Amino acid sequence: MQEFKPKIVAFYCSNCASSAASISNKLNLFLPENIKLINVPCTGRIEILHLLKAFENGADMVYVVGCQEDSCQYINGILKLKNRVAYLKNMLEQMGIEPQRLEVFSLYAGKGQDFVNVANEMLTKAKELGPIY
Amino acid sequence: MTEYKSGSNLEKVLKAGHFAFTGECGPPRGANVEAVRKKAQHLKGCVDAVNVTDNQTAVVRMSSWSACLILKEEGLDPNFQMVCRDRNRLAMQSDILGVSAHGIKNMLCLSGDHQRFGDHPEAKNVYDIDSIQLISMVKKMRDEGKFLNGEQIDVPPKLFIGAACNPFAEPLEFRVYRLAKKIEAGADFIQTQCIYNMDRFREFMKRVVDMGLHEKCYILAGITPLKSVGMARYMATQVPGMEVPEELIKRLKGAGKGKAAEEGIKIAVEQIQELREMEGVAGVHLMAIEWEHRVPEIAKLAGMLPRPKVE
Amino acid sequence: MIVAEAKPIKEILEMIDGFNKILVVGCKGCVTVCNVGGAKEVAILASAIRIAKKKKGKDVEVGEITLERQCDPEYIEELRNIVQNYEAIVSLACGVGPQFISERYPEIRVFPGVNTRFMGGAIEHGVWAERCAGCGQCVIHYFGGMCPIARCSKSLMNGPCGGSNHGKCEVSPEIDCIWDKIVRKMMAQGRLDELLKIRPPKSWLTARDGGPRKMVREELVK
Repeated sequence: MQEFKPKIVAFYCSNCASSAASISNKLNLFLPENIKLINVPCTGRIEILHLLKAFENGADMVYVVGCQEDSCQYINGILKLKNRVAYLKNMLEQMGIEPQRLEVFSLYAGKGQDFVNVANEMLTKAKELGPIY
Repeated sequence: MTEYKSGSNLEKVLKAGHFAFTGECGPPRGANVEAVRKKAQHLKGCVDAVNVTDNQTAVVRMSSWSACLILKEEGLDPNFQMVCRDRNRLAMQSDILGVSAHGIKNMLCLSGDHQRFGDHPEAKNVYDIDSIQLISMVKKMRDEGKFLNGEQIDVPPKLFIGAACNPFAEPLEFRVYRLAKKIEAGADFIQTQCIYNMDRFREFMKRVVDMGLHEKCYILAGITPLKSVGMARYMATQVPGMEVPEELIKRLKGAGKGKAAEEGIKIAVEQIQELREMEGVAGVHLMAIEWEHRVPEIAKLAGMLPRPKVE
Repeated sequence: MIVAEAKPIKEILEMIDGFNKILVVGCKGCVTVCNVGGAKEVAILASAIRIAKKKKGKDVEVGEITLERQCDPEYIEELRNIVQNYEAIVSLACGVGPQFISERYPEIRVFPGVNTRFMGGAIEHGVWAERCAGCGQCVIHYFGGMCPIARCSKSLMNGPCGGSNHGKCEVSPEIDCIWDKIVRKMMAQGRLDELLKIRPPKSWLTARDGGPRKMVREELVK
């Protein structure tokens, strides 16, 4: 049997999470393979459709890393996104898709290690859940 | 000979100038005739008329008119309650004719609690007409002998028309005007929501007297004895438009364990005695909820016995 | 506008279980404005259907189209050359849309994708409230510009009832007592005398109670 290599899509904010990402780079920390990173100006711009399209096109896991709730440059982008994620998780469950396949994380700008940690967390979860289809 | 609108016992007592004393009977949640008769026995001789509720709090019960008939058999003067929630104008008018045909002579017109509180919250409500329009309709049927549509009635109903008033509900400044509207619509008597704040009721009655409303209509003040501190708290917090002063709750608490009920009765008796002296108040409506057996005692302590007999 | 809300996706999936060629039809009218049935929501539903069907191992074709309006036959006509490619339609318009579609194309199964709630407007972003009951005989000018038919839980013409509670309705603290507002506004405007008039029973002939309604304007009929 072929080994399951999960396809993971990660959206990340160009402010806090992006800086965490670059620090992780400097620290020579590497993300697991098969993670497709998509940089967005603010997580508040990510719509339900963007997340759904990732699943529709074969992602096993989708997650978003954004700012702390009180430090969004656009005031409340991450909060808006969190509301949408909660809504979509409920929808996924009704669709027969495990809601754990979708997550959102708030990171501090300086925490490069955390950026790698959430990626590994999603990878572990993906392996537990198995392929989406 | 006195001209009566319906000649009910309540009307006779009020017209003769006596201080009226009315009671209440909630029909059972079933076809339990004995339950009604038992309540009737407690009330008999103690009150001038007995209100029979119409699916009160939007919970299904034996129909008001049928429980009224049982009370009538027991020698009481029933006050048929009708709410606007469950019937359209056709059903209302036919029931009005029906109760009158069976010799029921008092009727209380109410909006009714919304069904969302009740035991069938999924029900469709009616609210074809409102309580003030219902009062006008009964008056038109009785005095003009006409249905709401203007057509002639073959033997009009004879009913002494009642309405409710909540002096404590908001907006407060409008409540006396709404009472005036009900009187203008044709209410012969008013029964108020239960009163706990006597100071505020006195102020309300002063406005009623200033506007001369007490001369156009008999106003009966509502009293519900408090059975416990819990009930007082419930009334204060859960019943819209109800105000229970903190000192009353303190008094009930101060009575000590197992004695709150006695204190509640004592408070009710004092209220009745005070209301008796209040200008514009023509009587008291005692709503002893599921406490009918304590009515004789309250009536006696309040000096309401014996009840007058007017021929 | 007519305010609608999305049906739970589970309910929609149950409706279309057994169909593998599905067309999701949106409407650019009211349901676009209340964020439930425009092009965006069509795309979301279509994507969700694809994912759910794929999860069940089904090969589906889900089409997306958003019409100018679903309450005008001329726009429904735009589906003419498309419908034959599908087995079922999910309409995201108010209750009018799916009926117009199924009248026009009797051979195809049509399902409602939204629950039509009421006639109202947005009182803030994401919050809508009822304003009109469509009784067919507007009387709001008697009541300070507020409709007691739609906005009083008991549709009282001579309110407020005894259940008015600090400006809220006895039914729920979430509901404003409209009669409280009417009384306060009318008194502030010095129009107490108008409120003292007894409003007679309303004729419901022009409301739904008079049977399903139809309106003909001769000057517009071709």
